Amino acid sequence: MDLILSALDILMRWDVALALLAGSVGGVLIGAIPGVGPAVAIAILLPATFSLDPIVGLTVLLGIYGSSMYGGAIPAILINTPGTAVNALTTYDGYPMTARGEPRRALSLAYSASFFGGVFSVICLILFAPVLAKIAPLFGAREIFLAALLGLLLVVVAHRGQALIAGALACLGIFLNTIGMEPVKYTQRYTFGTDVLGSGINLIVVVLGLFAISQAFVLLTDEDEKIRLTKLRGGMFQGLRELARHPRVATVSAGFGVVMGMIPGVGEFTAQFMSYTYAQKSSKRPQDFGNGSSEGLIAAETANNAVPAAAMVPLLALGIPGEALTAMMLSVFYVHNVVPGPGLFQNQMDFVVALYLALLILNVLVLVFLLGATKSLIQVVRIPNRFLGVGILTLSFVGVYSLRNSATDCFMAAGFGLFGFVLKRLQLPAVPIILGMVLGGIMEVKLRAAMARVKTPFDFIDRPVAFILFSIIIIVLATHVLRIRREARELKEAEWQTKTASTRFGALLLRRRTSFLKEHGRKVRARHAKLLRRLTDLF
Amino acid sequence: MQSERERRFAGPRRGQLLFVLSFLTLSVLLLSQITQQTAWVNKTGLFAQPRFWPAVGVGGMVFCTALHLWRLPFRRIERADLREALRWVAALEYALWFMVYVMLVPLIGYLPMTLIFVPLLAWRMGYRSPQMMAISAGFAVFIVLFFKGVLAVRIPGAVLYDYLPDALRSFAILYL
Repeated sequence: MDLILSALDILMRWDVALALLAGSVGGVLIGAIPGVGPAVAIAILLPATFSLDPIVGLTVLLGIYGSSMYGGAIPAILINTPGTAVNALTTYDGYPMTARGEPRRALSLAYSASFFGGVFSVICLILFAPVLAKIAPLFGAREIFLAALLGLLLVVVAHRGQALIAGALACLGIFLNTIGMEPVKYTQRYTFGTDVLGSGINLIVVVLGLFAISQAFVLLTDEDEKIRLTKLRGGMFQGLRELARHPRVATVSAGFGVVMGMIPGVGEFTAQFMSYTYAQKSSKRPQDFGNGSSEGLIAAETANNAVPAAAMVPLLALGIPGEALTAMMLSVFYVHNVVPGPGLFQNQMDFVVALYLALLILNVLVLVFLLGATKSLIQVVRIPNRFLGVGILTLSFVGVYSLRNSATDCFMAAGFGLFGFVLKRLQLPAVPIILGMVLGGIMEVKLRAAMARVKTPFDFIDRPVAFILFSIIIIVLATHVLRIRREARELKEAEWQTKTASTRFGALLLRRRTSFLKEHGRKVRARHAKLLRRLTDLF
Repeated sequence: MQSERERRFAGPRRGQLLFVLSFLTLSVLLLSQITQQTAWVNKTGLFAQPRFWPAVGVGGMVFCTALHLWRLPFRRIERADLREALRWVAALEYALWFMVYVMLVPLIGYLPMTLIFVPLLAWRMGYRSPQMMAISAGFAVFIVLFFKGVLAVRIPGAVLYDYLPDALRSFAILYL
């Protein structure tokens, strides 16, 4: 109780209240505009928050992070375009509801489910905080190194079908972080003798380039979309009543959100996928899913809103961000010399609880705001795409230039913007680069510290937490290898099935015999034999 | 006809091979420079070597990209790839707009330059009605006043402000 009172004491300030209001309203607006998203907004606002108190700056950013998904549901439901990426699943059941004339029901259900998910996760984490405070000190240098490695690994393997290129991009992030003066032996790394690279590449420059400027380029090079808005009919409070009829789906989905949010690199998509699958399998009307099912909408929206509070756990307890948005927030801590990690939980528990309480208040503020202002708010989806691009490009300048007043930083950000644009065109992920940069830096420091006390390789995992983390890493790798093998087998089966020639062994031998007897086959074999001879002669 | 492997590929086909080849070339070039660009310090363990983490990063880039290239179902650069490359080059125009804006702010000033940049780029994007021009100018003024005036972000005054009268100059340096 004392803890909560002292946390409330931290929040009882006019600037924190203003930050909460600005973060919640701003987040909803940003979420409601397709093509902007919280990553762009946080990247732009990040340098501006450096001059604020840590609690004020973090409240604004948390507000945007936590409330953007509420706003993202609006275009997902009304125009079948998710406002933020995590609202994609909302379109499955939200838009069919709009199509059959129930937009208000869908919106109010989405708001209620989001509110439940947000509040559920904050309450869980406030209750869980004392346990976390006991576990966090068990993490020494080697455990944090292993946890960071696990986070990076999970981010890479989460990109199904793109794990290799995601791995390459994560390694690019690790490499970018090493550029500049190395702080222990004071040697230069990949500076090519220039002063510009001597101070390294700033994380915020990369973040702004990859998220904000690249998005501006995408919008500026695209066509404007024609938008037709549906008129809103019906009450906005019916969603709360409807949510009360599905307590099981809402609670389980919020639970998935909390658990998945806490695991670095997993996040909203997995939580949504698991809760949606659960809701569909346990529903009495599974055929309605994808056609405007209220349970589907509840599962999707509850799960994604339960994640932000949970995603703060690895960041605050271990100093390890699990995804791009929390990675950006980490830089706010560093600027104010607040080091997130086990020490924060031991010495500044009231600060941690204050952040969670801020999230709780934020959810209430957002719900009240949305219930009253949805009708006016939906007009923001009318802003033309390319004009948004102009706005984002202009705002990106403030973000980059205010860091160090360096034109070089702006040029670098423009370069990363072009790179991010290419990644977006090819549908390749940019998040592994950011996590590679952040986690690569953590891994370098922690591995160096850990190896100073390790004599044999097994000493590295002789503590219980280290051993558990190491085992999880092995399990993740083994599961990924097994999945790749299964996919390869399925691919082979599919290829055999689509073949026009017979797959019977006799027919195969017959085709080989024909190949041997034909003149062309003989020529090919002679050419291959010649090449092989040349190769063997080399040795 | 598309093969099963091509059909199952995550993402669009256009530009993939070009991107992977360029990324691999860059990675190999960086790896070839590792001995010149990083140091090996005597009497220091492997994991504390300044070269260790750049080697992990660049080595990982080469290894993963090479494997990705090997598994890529596309083996030939086609016309669609070249068209995609042109789209990448088209974005350069906006990067240039951005860079010109960056170069001119310290000379002309944040407010005047933003007031020129936003309506001009909006004009270039086809929003030429008086209403959109007014919105662009209003947006430009709002951004400058909000960030420099309210949030007090650090954007220094311009060379042009030196020619203003004393009282106006300090105001312009602080807020515009």
